[in-house]
Amino acid sequence: MSILINSETTFIVQGITGREAVNLTRENLDYGAKIVGGVTPGRAGRDVYGVQVYDCVRDITAKTRVDGSVVCVPPRFTRDAVFEALENGIKLIVVVTERIPRKQVAQMVELANLRGARIIGPNCLGIISPGEAKMGGVGGPAANTKTAYTKGSIGIMSRSGGMTTEIASTLTAAGMGQSTAVSIGGDAIIGTSYAELMPLFEADPQTQAIAIYSEPGGRMEAELAEWTQENNSRLPIVAFMAGRFMDEMPGMRFGHAGTIVEGKADTTAEKIKRMTEAGIAVAERISDIPKMLQERIGEAK
Amino acid sequence: MPGLFIDVKVTDKAAKDSAVVAKLAEVCPVDIFEQEDSGALRIVEANLDECVLCDLCISAAPSNSVEIVKLYE
Amino acid sequence: MRFYEYESKALFARHGLPLGHSGVADSAVHAREIAHQIGRPVVLKSQVLSGGRMKAGAVKFADTPDEAAQIYDEIFPIIVGGQKARSILVEEKSPIAQEYYVGVTWDGRRKLPVLIFSDMGGIDIEDAAEQHPDHVSKTHFSTILPVSPRIAKEAISATGVTGGALNKLTPIVSKLIDIFLEYDLTLAEINPLVRLEDGRFVVLDGHVDMEAEARDQHKKLLDELGIGPEETRQARPPTDFEIRGAEVDASDHRGVAGNVVEFDGDLGLIIGAGGGSLTLFDAVRSHGGKPANYCEIGGNPSVNKTCELTKLVLSKPGVEKIAVMMNVVSNTRVDIVARGVIKGCIEAGKDPSETIAIFRIPGAWEEEGFKILAKHKVDYCDRSVSMYDAAGRAVAKMKSA
Repeated sequence: MSILINSETTFIVQGITGREAVNLTRENLDYGAKIVGGVTPGRAGRDVYGVQVYDCVRDITAKTRVDGSVVCVPPRFTRDAVFEALENGIKLIVVVTERIPRKQVAQMVELANLRGARIIGPNCLGIISPGEAKMGGVGGPAANTKTAYTKGSIGIMSRSGGMTTEIASTLTAAGMGQSTAVSIGGDAIIGTSYAELMPLFEADPQTQAIAIYSEPGGRMEAELAEWTQENNSRLPIVAFMAGRFMDEMPGMRFGHAGTIVEGKADTTAEKIKRMTEAGIAVAERISDIPKMLQERIGEAK
Repeated sequence: MPGLFIDVKVTDKAAKDSAVVAKLAEVCPVDIFEQEDSGALRIVEANLDECVLCDLCISAAPSNSVEIVKLYE
Repeated sequence: MRFYEYESKALFARHGLPLGHSGVADSAVHAREIAHQIGRPVVLKSQVLSGGRMKAGAVKFADTPDEAAQIYDEIFPIIVGGQKARSILVEEKSPIAQEYYVGVTWDGRRKLPVLIFSDMGGIDIEDAAEQHPDHVSKTHFSTILPVSPRIAKEAISATGVTGGALNKLTPIVSKLIDIFLEYDLTLAEINPLVRLEDGRFVVLDGHVDMEAEARDQHKKLLDELGIGPEETRQARPPTDFEIRGAEVDASDHRGVAGNVVEFDGDLGLIIGAGGGSLTLFDAVRSHGGKPANYCEIGGNPSVNKTCELTKLVLSKPGVEKIAVMMNVVSNTRVDIVARGVIKGCIEAGKDPSETIAIFRIPGAWEEEGFKILAKHKVDYCDRSVSMYDAAGRAVAKMKSA
């Protein structure tokens, strides 16, 4: 098992003829993904590494089962592309695009909720269930992906795409594989937060513990802390908190769009306090994560 | 200024074949090859170090007529 | 991107929100003129991108035009929250009967906009919510249904306001929601909105923040308000070094090599990407290192762009060494970054093997990258050395140098 995607998951790539999308398509196919079509308006009839290109999502969903879509179109077209996927019944949408104003993100999420669908991102590298499939740019070329990611029992959730792979690579080096790693996105409003993914990991027998990457800004860590306490979670969590220097620099934006200290609740100090109180272990260094996870998995057994 | 990391060698024959030069100019993603008005090849030295080792130039030209030299090897 | 109060009010005025008579003064003479035109007692307010003006003494009242000129000179030099005043807003002073708070912002957890209303305006809204929860309402609303005045009505009514006040407040609050959505704002706030003794409702102070990502969409408005693209409106104005960093990033569309923030240390940093930079900056500091700068590279920048960023960092006085570090990379290529930083050192007239304290970028094309680094005798490491330990190696070299 794994969460969100496995070797049977079928998906499409919207904006498939763009530079980044062409790369991503190649990397996903090489990793074994079942890409059943691509969409770029006006480019029907072309193919990208053997994947047929269509003008509309409907042209693909009418013919075959489509579980998901990777949306990789410029910011001003992204909302429309996501709406198109949702209105054609696609239930899992990975939005890679960054720099989308949050009103439009909120609109996508609102419609997804009405349609019973899930959005991952925006501003993310997608999802990987090692040894099964990947959906998005996470891990890069298939050979690099296989070096960093191995199949196992740790779930990863990260607000940074690059740090998703750094954590996986560190776990792999310590002999700890991963069930599913999700790059959830770095924006202030994202489709699916840590706490919203927790029930899925909780229900996944393959997953025994969780590693997360977090940073200043937003209330997502507080939400996770509340969730673990209210649901008496079986899964030990180890969190790494980056951007501690930002606590001294309110109002300055670093890194991702969602990373800014505007009030006390946004600081790393406050987030660390909340998580620690909820029993989430906070690592000082990435290299401490494997050992901390092992100790806690041992205790849980 | 020549490249610090990359040099490109094109045989005289290929460099004077305007069809080959046109192809080289088209395939290179970092614009190392330029076609002069005469049809002859001009190497854009400022772009040599941008070479991404994609080998598209090597496959676009007749075999053994283009060589990419890694100056760090 | 924060607006000054006078810009926020100019935006409100376009949408018909009720405002007092006012003018923006850039000299004492000008302040006197405006006060004279208003023809009654005025309030002078320093225009800064920061809260806490009242506490800092940068808001004062004047009964006469001469007094207004005198107060202009008094409050203009005051630094509020590290910010210099841009100008002084001179506005008519009115007798107040009741103050309200209205704010619209995003709730990242609910992923919806939220309208916050209180009939206890003029004070800190978070304190009010804690101490008098029945006087503060929070009303979430849809971004896909049309905005309707009932959202405002329900929010106001929830604090116990009724009668004529409810009906007069509703359209004002509803318009603030319209403005919030139309201009992609992250905050639209009126604090206080007041009922004057003569029964009129007036916006006394306003604060608007626009999402940086939406600036291009609203270029026309920003042009009309005189907000140029060079104004970052961060917590402090950009330094020359940071402006040059932005120019490097804009010079070439291939990848990112920018988001430069200047610090006063001596270790230059070429680090990436978004999350990796935060992690590495912390790591350098926890080893006792003093970064000269923060930056981000990612998205596979060209050799030229990394070269230019390297030269910029090395041009900062006192910077003799740089640390080049990233998390395991997927789409940025190790060999391309290696070429860029080595070339940057050489073009800056420095020896790469002396200047690059450590190169820790594992991942895509690392075999090729490591060959280049070895050739130029640069100290590098692979993923078996953690980001934290790589930063430690760089800091140790600074200390022994």
